[in-house]
Amino acid sequence: MGKVNRVKIAGGLIALLFLAALTGRPARAQQDPSGEWSPRFDEDWEERIPGPEIGDYLGIPINEAARLRGDSWDATLVELPENQCRAHGSDYGWRGPSNLSIWKEVDKASQKVIAYHTHLSAYGAEQTIWMDGRPHPPDYAPHTWAGFSTGKWEGDILVVTTTHLKENWLRRNGLPRSDLATASAHIMRHGNYLTVAATTYDPVYLTEPFMRTSDFVYNPQQAMAPWPCESVDEVDRPAGVVPAHLPGQNTFLNEFPANYGIPPEATRGGAETMYPEYQIKMKTMKTLPRPVKKVSNR
Amino acid sequence: MRALAKQAFESSKNLGLIMMLATAALAGTVPSASAQAPAAAPQRNPADVEVHLFPVQGNVYMLVGAGGNITVQIGDDGVLLVDAGLAGTSDKVYAAIRTLSTKPIHYIIDTHIHADHTGGNEALAKLGNTIAGGNVVGDIGASAGNQATVIAAQEVLDRMSATNGTQPAVPQASWPTETYTTPERKLYFNGEGVLMIHPQAAHTDGDTIVFFRRSDVISTGDIFVTTGYPLVDLARGGNIQGVINGLNEIIELSIPADEQEGGTMIIPGHGRLCDVADVVFYQEMVTIIRDRIQDMVNKGMTLEQVKAAKPTSDYDPRYGRDTGFWTTDMFVEAVYKSLSPKK
Repeated sequence: MGKVNRVKIAGGLIALLFLAALTGRPARAQQDPSGEWSPRFDEDWEERIPGPEIGDYLGIPINEAARLRGDSWDATLVELPENQCRAHGSDYGWRGPSNLSIWKEVDKASQKVIAYHTHLSAYGAEQTIWMDGRPHPPDYAPHTWAGFSTGKWEGDILVVTTTHLKENWLRRNGLPRSDLATASAHIMRHGNYLTVAATTYDPVYLTEPFMRTSDFVYNPQQAMAPWPCESVDEVDRPAGVVPAHLPGQNTFLNEFPANYGIPPEATRGGAETMYPEYQIKMKTMKTLPRPVKKVSNR
Repeated sequence: MRALAKQAFESSKNLGLIMMLATAALAGTVPSASAQAPAAAPQRNPADVEVHLFPVQGNVYMLVGAGGNITVQIGDDGVLLVDAGLAGTSDKVYAAIRTLSTKPIHYIIDTHIHADHTGGNEALAKLGNTIAGGNVVGDIGASAGNQATVIAAQEVLDRMSATNGTQPAVPQASWPTETYTTPERKLYFNGEGVLMIHPQAAHTDGDTIVFFRRSDVISTGDIFVTTGYPLVDLARGGNIQGVINGLNEIIELSIPADEQEGGTMIIPGHGRLCDVADVVFYQEMVTIIRDRIQDMVNKGMTLEQVKAAKPTSDYDPRYGRDTGFWTTDMFVEAVYKSLSPKK
């Protein structure tokens, strides 16, 4: 090789190194989810905004114990001062009518991502997703609404594993999720769209993992509103009262199947009701007579 | 993903094991909600246990693994313990405390009589001392300061010292050295007020809830546990309504931070560190079950009919046990008997 060629090659290599230094680390498949995100409710709007009907357990892989918890739940329970400001569990929080903000925490020296932080407008709930390989806390550590989360990249998907969750709900109609549950979230960014597939694993109340997806759109103009919450006594009731329906005495349970023409048996949920072939079985089930709608004279 | 679910199941089993281990050495100092003797708990050498310290907040730490949870408060004045764990674990408990403080143990507060909370009284008290002088030393002699002060509700001493034939129920060296008969007792130690509250007839008749006012930590004893249904020791004066009153008292004392989370921290008798939101879930569970069984009692149902109706079935996968020291059947029976009219 001639001297001139060697000089050209060396010059080219130096130029490449210079470019690499300018452009930072080599490009990765990872899609940084940081940014301001606005929710889209095209999926499950009725559950996520107005909220689910009492006794609607369709498509949820619950067991008999969860069913009785749901049947016993009285909506006035959330009026109690100690329940008014309770945040959603992080496995449910993605589903709420919440704007989402995600930012990363970077180690100054190594420029490695230590953690991603999320903030949801509902309740101002925040979650930290540790990316530095730290272990989860011991069994005797406290549980929180957000739980303790670690993350790792699988291709361009950020996979989050969460333990140490406080008890919360699967749905806002009293279906419970226990404090022994764990959760995962697969956070997928496609340009200006973000999809979060959240899965709950509950050995207490679920017979199979329960997965839900939520979508967000990038919105750099988004300004996050604060969520101040202060508990007050809304209803004067004796201390220690816990509103609940006694077994077999919740008269609201038939409203959902009657109003929507769905067989009551199907509304009881269970893993079977998650799968498409259940629709065939439903056709053999009896429905309740639909209530006569009252016509206003005004 | 399924591995995670399995891990959670395993975790649940571990909690059960911890509960059983904690109660393994109670031998004669625990329940009998039912006429039938409780099933034998698995025996394990207490010297084999691992103890762990976990910082709570302020001056307070939680020590787990020695039977019931032990609360450790440290500061310039010395060391104060809430409960002393199982007999035989004291060397490990003391070694763990020494990693926090070189000061002497001055106080042990017993939350109730059971041996998984008082078994270490003798050994740990002997390793400490009492600040004594004046008339106390004059009357008793130098031995007045030879061991830590062990404080409990009067009922704990009454039951420990009650003779069974010629022997007291518990050897004298494990007895409380100071008791109180009032609804509350107060102490100022390590720069904070320590409030002892005595709920009437709850887990037993000699329960004490301890509130560290500056650290903002409450030690509940076995009125609140995360490992199972509350053990209502009817034979030692326990009652389900007292348990609920105690839980309501803990909620009343606590102030949560944002989102009803954190703020006052709660050290349960067994299980993980909690805050008031965890106590609220537990109080709701116990109250709902009380209300169901009360309804059945009001309808004149027998105990067997109540058990057959499974009034706890929605909480059993989380808190219930079919075998072991404190089963779901025993809990239902204790609630039923607490609520039934006295004959």
